[in-house]
Amino acid sequence: MSDALSVWKPELLGVDGRVRPVVTAPASVLGRAGAEVDPADPEVVGLAADLVATMRVSAGCVGLAASQVGVGAQVFCVDVAAHPKTATTHGTFVLCNARIVEASRWRPGREGCMSVPDLTGDVKRAGRIVVEGFLPGTGEPVRVVTDAFEARAVQHEIDHCAGRLFLDRVAGAHAIYQRKVYL
Amino acid sequence: MHELAITVIGPDRTGIVADVAEALAGVGANLSDSTMTRLRGHFAMTLICSGPTVEDAGKALEPLTADGRLVATVRAAPPDEDDSAAGEPYLLSVHGADRLGIVAAVTRVVAAAGGNITDLTTRLTGPLYVLIAEVDLPVGAAEGLSARLAEVATDLGVDVILRRAEPEIL
Repeated sequence: MSDALSVWKPELLGVDGRVRPVVTAPASVLGRAGAEVDPADPEVVGLAADLVATMRVSAGCVGLAASQVGVGAQVFCVDVAAHPKTATTHGTFVLCNARIVEASRWRPGREGCMSVPDLTGDVKRAGRIVVEGFLPGTGEPVRVVTDAFEARAVQHEIDHCAGRLFLDRVAGAHAIYQRKVYL
Repeated sequence: MHELAITVIGPDRTGIVADVAEALAGVGANLSDSTMTRLRGHFAMTLICSGPTVEDAGKALEPLTADGRLVATVRAAPPDEDDSAAGEPYLLSVHGADRLGIVAAVTRVVAAAGGNITDLTTRLTGPLYVLIAEVDLPVGAAEGLSARLAEVATDLGVDVILRRAEPEIL
């Protein structure tokens, strides 16, 4: 394990990402667990760059998983740096085959998703997590300790990689809401 | 003291709650539990109140329903009718492409397992149908129900998750 994430940036992928269309529920790819990937595979590197490019052109988007661009693979990107609820942030990063190894400080919060554009929901997530995964390109294993909004975003994306949506975790029958504000 | 269960439903407009509450207050009805919500332009009220007789409450609501836009029902609700407590609390999430019969198929399986649905919301947004239900299950029924729900989900082409609700008392 290393802290390679602290110096990682998308430019290290060495390819220009292209913006891909975002798929929305009920697309079947969103309900299937993604396959583990070889982080050094050029296709995975290209996918990582595409995820970052797509996230960056999508208003309000703080994370995007491969399934959301129609690819059933365990790859996602996150960038919560500009979000007001952020405490710890690691800037823009992409992880492959990520696993949550520690989770604590559970608390509820409102979530939306580009793949469920018309609804939001109250979901309980860990406010502090430790995640292990692999960087695309080098395949270097990394251990990420984070909290608050970045922790929420990472858990939401890891759920996507497992074929789960926030709808699977909402806190009750009255915990989903028609979205009123679109970014 | 009479306890009443009242429903009012009709096309939404400003003042439905005020009109109904005022009419009921006028005959001494004390509102206790209620759910009032707007569903696609229809406003639906379900409420429990105590005080007046069924006849008096019905009469009080008559002027509101006279033009046929609002429909109201009033019936006696014996306070001891609700003995549905006990059981283990679970949450059921269902989502997928909209099609006929999702709610019927899923809730039939829940009922067959002895599950009692205590709250349920559905939303149709574009092609996506979402159902979230709170279910009280008999002790030990969850595993069998999950397996049965998975079969139904496959038949319907939807995703279904049953998970334990975590009551938090602060």
